[in-house]
Amino acid sequence: MFRKLIGLELKSFMRSASLGKDLAMKIFIWLFGLYMIGSMLLLGIGLYFILEKAFPDQAPIYFVNQFIVIWFIIELVMRYMMQKIPMLNIKPFLIQNIKRDTIVDFLLLKSVFSFFNFLTPVIVIPFVVSNFIKSDFTSLELIGWTINILSLVLVANFLNILLQKKIIDNNKLLIPFIGAITILVGLQYFDIFYTTKFVGNILNYMLHHPYLCIIPLLLVVGLYIVCKKVITSNFYLDAYLKTDALSFNDNDFSWISKFGEVAPFMQLDLKLIWRNKRPKTAVYTALMFSLYGLIFYTNDMYSNSPMLAFVGIFMTGMFMINFGQFIPAWDSSYYPMMMTQNIPLKLYLKSKATLMYFSIIVMTILTTFYAYFGYHILILNLACAVYNIGINVPLILRIGANNKKRIDLDKSQFMNYQGTGIAQWLIMIPVMVFPILIWSLLNYIFNFLTASLALAGVGIIGFALKSYFFNLIEMAYKKNKYLSIQGFKQQNA
Amino acid sequence: MIQINNISKEYNGVRVIHIENLIINKGESIGLVGNNGAGKTTLFSLMLDLIEPTTGEIKLNDIKVNESEDWKKVTTAFIDESFLINYLTPEEYFYFIGDLRGQNKASIDAFIAQYEEFFNGEILGKKKYLRDLSKGNQKKVGIIAALIGDPEIIILDEPFANLDPSTQIRLKNLIKDLTQNKDKTILVSSHDLNHTVEVSDRIIALHKGELVKDIKTSTQTLEELEQFFAI
Repeated sequence: MFRKLIGLELKSFMRSASLGKDLAMKIFIWLFGLYMIGSMLLLGIGLYFILEKAFPDQAPIYFVNQFIVIWFIIELVMRYMMQKIPMLNIKPFLIQNIKRDTIVDFLLLKSVFSFFNFLTPVIVIPFVVSNFIKSDFTSLELIGWTINILSLVLVANFLNILLQKKIIDNNKLLIPFIGAITILVGLQYFDIFYTTKFVGNILNYMLHHPYLCIIPLLLVVGLYIVCKKVITSNFYLDAYLKTDALSFNDNDFSWISKFGEVAPFMQLDLKLIWRNKRPKTAVYTALMFSLYGLIFYTNDMYSNSPMLAFVGIFMTGMFMINFGQFIPAWDSSYYPMMMTQNIPLKLYLKSKATLMYFSIIVMTILTTFYAYFGYHILILNLACAVYNIGINVPLILRIGANNKKRIDLDKSQFMNYQGTGIAQWLIMIPVMVFPILIWSLLNYIFNFLTASLALAGVGIIGFALKSYFFNLIEMAYKKNKYLSIQGFKQQNA
Repeated sequence: MIQINNISKEYNGVRVIHIENLIINKGESIGLVGNNGAGKTTLFSLMLDLIEPTTGEIKLNDIKVNESEDWKKVTTAFIDESFLINYLTPEEYFYFIGDLRGQNKASIDAFIAQYEEFFNGEILGKKKYLRDLSKGNQKKVGIIAALIGDPEIIILDEPFANLDPSTQIRLKNLIKDLTQNKDKTILVSSHDLNHTVEVSDRIIALHKGELVKDIKTSTQTLEELEQFFAI
């Protein structure tokens, strides 16, 4: 039975509409994955020697043990954000002659082969090999230690499944976790209790008593059983298999009516954002990135560098990029209807543009607090905002005309690549590189103020040419109409 | 009202529909029948300019659908769930469509109040998004939305499928009412020969993309169609 399920899984991967169609995108993601693994491997090989040199009076493995707890928490958070609960298109199996146990076992085992479970071993195994060769620990001790650490990886894996399952039902369950971590960090910071040392000492003790590795192993088995129990008992169409719905919200944004002819579309867009997971994530991401400046403004290295223009464009335009690059795919599930309605395309585009203008203004207001780092920052950010409004908004709309990939609005978490094509990466070049080039060049030749004013000037010229740009964009949308309708129909593309 | 000239559509060299010549007059109620793959939905999609014809042209109200968009003012349709915006409530969806068709909220409220019976108390005021309604109830919303704004041409693809028996009967009455004044042209496709014969005064049968029958409905029509499809 297992073999058949594996066969199906392979088929669903090989035959998915996205494979092959967008090879460049796939290659990019794979390269990124390989790069991650490669860096981890290098770190694993080098770790022993680096630590030995930096802390000669302490065995590297003791040092590593102290950091395991931090690593574990980071891994858990990363998994929580990116790793999805194992699913398989299960509906067809529910009434077939397969035991639920088998399916659940398959799901859980499948999760063991997730990308995330390979990150730690890739560091740990070369590290253990170096220990074998160089250190005085017995092989039994090192094997025990390896088992401890690898068990922790699986603990994180299954814990994540449990957490996601529980927290989807109730977001408040996150609070005790965040609270506990905050308290532990606080205790450590005020020198009261050292969690890192405490866990490190336990691991050191276990290192010297390798038979104790039975404990983490039992923990893994225990968690597996709990996971299995939770999933099996929820194995109904309306429980585990249900895609989580956002709660009902009947805000109808009627205040928007003041916006006149674009109002119905803007209301629709706001409902789209508010009532669907994926566009909502775009808003949160944009808000999060308004803090991006802290990294650059606090560091003297960037005090006069092109990165300042980059941050300005990015912070004021994050929502514009995040939301704009998928226009009109946000409307993909009902695009055919839109195309048969009595809608002037220009109005449709204008409402999307208005929404982006609005977001740029809000983000710009949010970033005014960076004036704390000097008024020149404020001026540059304002210039970037004007550039975004004048040039980047029409540019992103124009590139959007080539969108042919469906987006399912309710399926989203971070790292959701659905609807993403190579175009979404190429979009960054004109949107980010041009303004940075303009600004850096003028900043180099003249000065900061001239460069910023010139950037704003380009934006104003763009804004003045708005109706010309929008005519071009409208033509592009008309030309791509049939292709978009057809493309948006493809599920799981 | 509707003129079809030499329209055809090919996918990878395979012709899925080809209609030499077809004229539908104002006020006619057309029933489009055919087996799976006969080209019913393709024909509707061509009429609504959702797919590009390989050859030929379609005119609604003397407007070529792929050249001007003016036909959209007089035409409405419900083809499938891709005509619904699933994160809106039914009311919001009606208001939105109403906005696009120049109807204000009050006139939409009055309009949907007429269909209370058709909705059978399962649609309005339920605090549910369209995505949370059953397939049949979604269909009811789509069909009624296609009647908003007094359209001259109404296209409904498989409106009877997924509906419960009571609603099927109500829908038949609704379509008959609409066609009574002979000022609206209605196209309805269906697999169910009974329904189609009952609500349409002209039946067009497609088979493998070709027009094979075009008859005025009479007492013998049902028998004739049954004979034709009983191969």
